[in-house]
Amino acid sequence: MFNVEEIRKDFPILSRKVNGKSLVYLDNAATSQTPQQVIDAIVEYYTHYNANIHRGVHKLSQEATDLYEAARKKIQEHFNAKHTHEIIFTSGTTHGINLVANGFSSILKAGDDIIVSALEHHSNIVPWQMLCERTGAKLKVIPMNEEGNLILSEFDALLSKNTKLVFLNHISNALGTINPITYFIEKAHEVGAAILIDGAQSTPHIKPNLQELDVDFYVTSAHKICGPTGVGMLYGKEEWLKKLPPYQGGGEMIAEVTFQKTTYADLPHKFEAGTPNISGGIAFGAALDYMNAIGFDAIQTYENELLHYATEKMLEIEGLKIYGTSKHKTSVISFNLKGIHPYDVGTILDKLGIAVRTGHHCAQPIMDYYKIPGTVRASFAFYNTKAEVDALVEGIKKAKMMLS
Amino acid sequence: MSIEEIQNEIIDEFSMFEDWEERYQYMIDLGKDLPLIEEDFKTEANIIKGCQSKVWVHAALNEDKIEFTADSDAIITKGIIAILIRVFSNQPPQAIIDADTSFIDQIGLKEHLSPTRANGLVSMVKQLKMYAIAYQTQLN
Repeated sequence: MFNVEEIRKDFPILSRKVNGKSLVYLDNAATSQTPQQVIDAIVEYYTHYNANIHRGVHKLSQEATDLYEAARKKIQEHFNAKHTHEIIFTSGTTHGINLVANGFSSILKAGDDIIVSALEHHSNIVPWQMLCERTGAKLKVIPMNEEGNLILSEFDALLSKNTKLVFLNHISNALGTINPITYFIEKAHEVGAAILIDGAQSTPHIKPNLQELDVDFYVTSAHKICGPTGVGMLYGKEEWLKKLPPYQGGGEMIAEVTFQKTTYADLPHKFEAGTPNISGGIAFGAALDYMNAIGFDAIQTYENELLHYATEKMLEIEGLKIYGTSKHKTSVISFNLKGIHPYDVGTILDKLGIAVRTGHHCAQPIMDYYKIPGTVRASFAFYNTKAEVDALVEGIKKAKMMLS
Repeated sequence: MSIEEIQNEIIDEFSMFEDWEERYQYMIDLGKDLPLIEEDFKTEANIIKGCQSKVWVHAALNEDKIEFTADSDAIITKGIIAILIRVFSNQPPQAIIDADTSFIDQIGLKEHLSPTRANGLVSMVKQLKMYAIAYQTQLN
């Protein structure tokens, strides 16, 4: 049975004070908070198992390796990948995207197309622009409409036999729109293109079944899913990962080295040069255990309830406009007060102990579309409460009073 | 008045406020009253782009003193600009170069001048000093 008060007890940070007020943490789309179970996994690792992995014959190294590989297995099972070696540990979503972009620089040539969506985070735009500069391929953009939905017919029109790659996020970080990725995956495959989905915003809310989706690449960061920062995963279909060249050179990623020639290690190690974030990987596994024990169905149901409650309450405030009104959206509300700069609203809310994001959310093209400098973004997690939504609404009213 | 005298005056004014709300309301009101920079000076060359808010600064030498006008798209940023302008405008370049901004800490607004805040204010203070250095060189 889902009990938010019990769940909150797992998160020590939620009981701290900010500016003399109880913290109301509504910046979950930027990073989620960490439950004690995940903190314990990190402490436990450094207390009992700290060693370098995959190369020691000694006991500690073997135990650390076992724990790290067990985490990889957990991630594989969670996302239903076919093989464990299709899960590559990365430093996070951005790293995963760059790894794929770098790999494609040896595949793409002038005349090829890459398609990205208008809803992308900067981390999902810049690597492709760099890739296009290197290869001469062309970057095409799927436009969005006023509600924050991608226009599917425009996507269809962009597709051709020249399309080699399609990239979009599963859920938009700035607006919360849930994109119909099944449609994009099928269409991309029809023209023989590969497709990468950025799951940084989706994986905290839903449990994607990667084999069923038939997606080629899928990336996310642990810190969005109650795990630590600095670790994430890249899923790639085995055939694709075999095709891509290694991203970085170093220890761990090689099979044999002479000064004449180096042969690369098998998957997944080919892409994991150097000593990885071992405690982070293990804690990533612990975070998935934690989330699964609560259950993604329960999480989604509860977060939807919060989203609807907050949307309704916020729209009662005169002059408040919500950006991103898709029927399919997650618990993110991007908004502005008429005539008031988002930075000012965020500053007053901070004084009240309420943490929200302000600015362009690393998604300037979306802000340009709406012709605004940015928005205030409140993003809710399963450990937020209706009382916190009420605090936010009162805070917005106060900000409005002070600023107008 | 010298820069230090103005800073002390501001510290005195702020000491009368009981809580953050009064402080912020005062700043917001200051922001509303700030004489706006002339539209002609709201140019790309005069803009300081923070990640969160934008700031425009214009400087002109009037006899041996620098006059600053400035603006921002965010009102709280503008309120702090109003304070900075009150301190630094109509002062000789050397006094601006020598002045520090630690009075901002004393009036409880330190967070707004933090380099990580990305509201353009830290760059603005740097810009004011750069103008002062440039004009000082000219006067020499």
